[in-house]
Amino acid sequence: MFGNILIWFVIIPVLMMAGLGLCRNSSMKAIRSIMVVGSTALLALAIWLCVDFLALRAGGNDAEMLYTGSWMWYAPLNIHLAVGVDGISVLMLMLSAIIVFAGTFASWKINPLPKNFFLWFALLSTGVFGFFISIDMFTMFMFYEVALIPMYLLIGVWGTGRKEYSAMKLTLMLMGGSAFLMLGLLGIYWHSAPAGGELTWNILEIARNNAVDPSWQGMLFVFTFVGFGVLGAMFPFHTWSPDGHACAPTAVSMLHAGVLMKLGGYGCFRIAIYLLPQAANELAWIFIILTGISVVYGAFSACVQTDLKYINAYSSVSHCGMVLFALLMLNQTAMTGAILQMLSHGLMTALFFALIGMIYGRTHTRDIRQMGGLMQIMPYLGVCYMIAGFASLGLPGLSGFVAEMTIFFGAWEDADFFHRAFVVAATCSIVITAVYILRVVGKLLLGPVHDDHHRQLTDATWFERLSTVTLIVCIAGIGCFPNWINETIQASFMPIVAAIQNAI
Amino acid sequence: MDLNLLWYLVPSVIMFCCGVYGFVTRKNMIAILVSLELILNSADLNFAIFNRFLFPGSMEGMVFTLFAIAIAAAETAVAIAIIINIYRAIGSTEVNETNSMKH
Amino acid sequence: MGITLPILILALPLFMFLLLGIGGVKMSRKVAGVLGILGMGTTMTLAYIVAFTYFFSGDAAFIVDGVRQQFQVFDVTWLAFTEKLVVNIGFLLDPISAMMLVVITTISFMVHLYSWGYMEHEGGFQRYYAFLSLFSFSMLGLVVATNIFQMYIFWELVGVSSFLLIGFFYRLPSAVAASKKAFIVTRFADLGFLLGILTLSYFTDTFNFVDMTSNPMQVLTQTGGATFLGASVLTWAMVLIFTGGMGKSAMLPLHIWLPDAMEGPTPVSALIHAATMVVAGVYLVARMFPVYCVVEASMTFITVVGAITAFYAAVVACTQVDIKRVLAFSTISQIAFMMVSLGVARDHMAGVHYSGLGYMAGMFHLFTHAMFKALLFLGAGALIHAVHSNDYTKMGGLRKYMPITHWTFLIGCLAIAGIPPFSGFFSKDEMLAAMFGNSWLWGAWMTMVAGLTAFYMFRLYYLIFWWEENPEYKHHRPHDAPWQMSLPLLILAAVSVVAGFIPFGTLVTWDGAPYHIHLETPVAVTSIIVAVAAIALATVMYRKKNPLPTKFKNAMPGLWQAAHRRFYWDEIYLFITRKIIFGIICTAIAWFDRHVIDATMDAFAKVTQKVSYSIRGLQSGNVQAYVLWYFFGAVALAAITWICLL
Repeated sequence: MFGNILIWFVIIPVLMMAGLGLCRNSSMKAIRSIMVVGSTALLALAIWLCVDFLALRAGGNDAEMLYTGSWMWYAPLNIHLAVGVDGISVLMLMLSAIIVFAGTFASWKINPLPKNFFLWFALLSTGVFGFFISIDMFTMFMFYEVALIPMYLLIGVWGTGRKEYSAMKLTLMLMGGSAFLMLGLLGIYWHSAPAGGELTWNILEIARNNAVDPSWQGMLFVFTFVGFGVLGAMFPFHTWSPDGHACAPTAVSMLHAGVLMKLGGYGCFRIAIYLLPQAANELAWIFIILTGISVVYGAFSACVQTDLKYINAYSSVSHCGMVLFALLMLNQTAMTGAILQMLSHGLMTALFFALIGMIYGRTHTRDIRQMGGLMQIMPYLGVCYMIAGFASLGLPGLSGFVAEMTIFFGAWEDADFFHRAFVVAATCSIVITAVYILRVVGKLLLGPVHDDHHRQLTDATWFERLSTVTLIVCIAGIGCFPNWINETIQASFMPIVAAIQNAI
Repeated sequence: MDLNLLWYLVPSVIMFCCGVYGFVTRKNMIAILVSLELILNSADLNFAIFNRFLFPGSMEGMVFTLFAIAIAAAETAVAIAIIINIYRAIGSTEVNETNSMKH
Repeated sequence: MGITLPILILALPLFMFLLLGIGGVKMSRKVAGVLGILGMGTTMTLAYIVAFTYFFSGDAAFIVDGVRQQFQVFDVTWLAFTEKLVVNIGFLLDPISAMMLVVITTISFMVHLYSWGYMEHEGGFQRYYAFLSLFSFSMLGLVVATNIFQMYIFWELVGVSSFLLIGFFYRLPSAVAASKKAFIVTRFADLGFLLGILTLSYFTDTFNFVDMTSNPMQVLTQTGGATFLGASVLTWAMVLIFTGGMGKSAMLPLHIWLPDAMEGPTPVSALIHAATMVVAGVYLVARMFPVYCVVEASMTFITVVGAITAFYAAVVACTQVDIKRVLAFSTISQIAFMMVSLGVARDHMAGVHYSGLGYMAGMFHLFTHAMFKALLFLGAGALIHAVHSNDYTKMGGLRKYMPITHWTFLIGCLAIAGIPPFSGFFSKDEMLAAMFGNSWLWGAWMTMVAGLTAFYMFRLYYLIFWWEENPEYKHHRPHDAPWQMSLPLLILAAVSVVAGFIPFGTLVTWDGAPYHIHLETPVAVTSIIVAVAAIALATVMYRKKNPLPTKFKNAMPGLWQAAHRRFYWDEIYLFITRKIIFGIICTAIAWFDRHVIDATMDAFAKVTQKVSYSIRGLQSGNVQAYVLWYFFGAVALAAITWICLL
């Protein structure tokens, strides 16, 4: 079991938690070194996995999932701890590792109770990594819940503003989604095998059996898609996102917007679309309407917000809406674009939230009306914020452009009026995005200094620079050399697209 | 007029109902305790009656009645002790006022 | 040709951008300036070598039987959307891209040199050079694009470099607002461009220019006669693509950003907002020219938009006070001229003498205009440098104080007015000939615009250099700029004088085959007469201080005011964005989100809470209440059991 590299993605955070459990809250050095060692190890592991995966693929290993392993967990219900990854999961693991790494440095000076903070932080990462390596629906769901619960405490204890309210709202709404999801997963489980066969939770086996009764698929699709969609901030279940992000501490916002919201999109195609392809073909239109609304609605809402985090949260609604929107186009190019958008949005939003945290830590306000001319005072942070903004509005050379273009060109392949109309609406969002990004940049960074007290503020420290540079390098990397990622994702979508095609 | 089962059961039921009524309506703990005893005694009575009329050959009902009386005596002693202590603490034996442990 | 030089042409400015952008903080101003100028100088040399090799080497790859070929130096995969639809990054050499290489690198180098003097006392010198390099890189990438998507990529990048440079003085709120406006307006136009690419590539399955333009009729058949809202989809696609060009080239009604863009440093205005980036729209149409030709409607659209814009901008230019704004409107007008010229050209009218002239003339004018407009802007920069104001009312009588600026500016004005033998005459004359060739309507209309051009340029010239001396010169004597600034002026002036004699017809034509230029005497004579008359009028009105201009102004106050306020386009846009989009749509959506969607979610919580509160009395801790409920429950159960048993 320990010979499987994937298991280590869960073991390392657990070891980190054990190590942190032995520390005292006052021994900041020990806590930091555990976190740095742990998150670096995760990053190294992710890079190694990525390289090895690509080497295996190049070597002609074209199994759907690599590094598979399966260990019985609870025999009566046939629950396994089953792991395996395809190209998409590898990239998602990579993204998570990068953001955990950057998040560690972004919360370098967390106060109070640093030990407990990082303990929950590590638990959250356990859930995230566990989710992406699982191919057993039950363990996947379990890890999903493991990732959600720490959020409540992280926001409720270390947050700012109306933190109890927000933490409660976020947890309850996501739990509500989980309830739908559990129903959907159970339904799939009960239909997972042809009559007389052994029921299974394993995604690959279910897809192979393709035994879910078409008359059931519709309902199960709605349950699972809504369940994951809540986490993907789908309209109208997105309202936890602005409040939750606004109150969450920096690293938690980063991890939440950067990775956790991706769990939603990942689940949508890995379970809802892949396992219920007939329903996906039939019912996609409902969710295209909802996600299409998300895309434009989020962007318009962001235009009039005054709190930096609210702006970003609404922008996330728009961008994550784009992810689900693209997945629902059900063709390879658009779905590839969706994954690129997940990666891009993950990195870019993490960068945004990190920078907002850093700015807030200095000015003690997030209200853009009370700030101005920060570029003169903290040029490094200002430049980073601009880069993040450019990535968000889709500047070529940064990741957002690649993702959005792939989505648009993929989505355009569906040639009927309904799809085209929604794609045109979605493309409008790139203009609206430019409007709200430039509005923030103009008010926050440029122009004269608004508050003279801000003149004494300092620019970024070394750990803040490390955190932002990591993210920027990745954003520019994807933006400049997108094709290898693109090919990896496209190859991974083959079986899913084939399942959809067969179901028509 | 034959003294059948019913003649014994009716007083027992009346006693039980009086006990319940007292238990629900009385505010004084001593009175509640008295009502409780009434309920208990009506149950004891039933044991004895059913034993006597339905299973005249055996003695389990009678034994159980005696056993219950003994337990009830012990229980009453504990209850009275608690009530006396409460009275010492708050100067009252009204149930409405003994809610300080709740908050 | 090897691929080393072309790669270097792109890589060098990018490298300079990264070097100056990241390492600039640690450099002194001098080092950064020298590095920037050297980098651009090298790029210019390389570009010259490439362009001259292309035009004059006679290599079989470049010219076959006297017909110039399109040559892809390299073309590597960047992103594969589908198996067929692949985005490449490459380097296409053909007459127009080779010409643009020369234009961009020349002007860029002049501006680099000029800025060394102009920006001497400004902060952020290193950043300035970094942005200039970024712009040069993006613009070069744009013109050598092998496919329309590469063009779109670099199109966006020039947009952002323009944004950064307009907002270079980022402490000034007006500069920030202008940069924001420029970016958003062009971005809006790019949305059209993107939709156009989406539609076009859906049918063609390729982005590649050579594939599309070498066989435009095939593009038409590929669309299979599909229509949308009464027009063929190809028309839609081409018009949408042109929308992108309208944004970048500041055509009506997307022109509003360009005058405001003058908030940027003046050398930047010369480079980006006069000579190179704003002609990207023209370049785009030229690049897709054969495809445009098969869609008659889109060509008419281009012509009409161009003709209206040219006239509008020329009228507005007559009433502006800020010298840079006059030049900005003049730029809009001149670019519109090129658009009309392309719009009236055709590729396939066999036997019609004028068919390809418009294309050649438009490109010719693009070249000459880049030179003399950059000259005028740099001259304006020298003036602003000397009197510290953009406003011509602060100038007047400067010819004695700044002779170099005066003479070079005059050459620029003569060139743009179309006086022989200056370069503008030749290119403008051929454009007018092409327009008359298409229809006398366009010819007459544009001749009138040419007359207006001569008038407002000389109005500007006289108001700056003649009119009446500003008394403040006694305290603060203006003087000519240092050599770094004067040298580019002299070079550009020299080019503006002689550029008209370049045999353009043999170099740049739509199909690569040489085009025989001969002067159209009637057209030339008419245009000269009109220009001279306009100049004469300007001389009468503005040479010396006199009440004539005020009289004219008072004679038609409404019109003057409307033109001065640019016919209220900005107000209309402000109304739409501020009041409707922000004030109504965004606010309404934000309100809806908080008070309907979020309130619904909160309502779930509140209802749950209410219900919980209302039933929490049951769990009172009061044993007597429990007993009562227990008793009733028991009775009820007994009753139910009894009923069931019956």
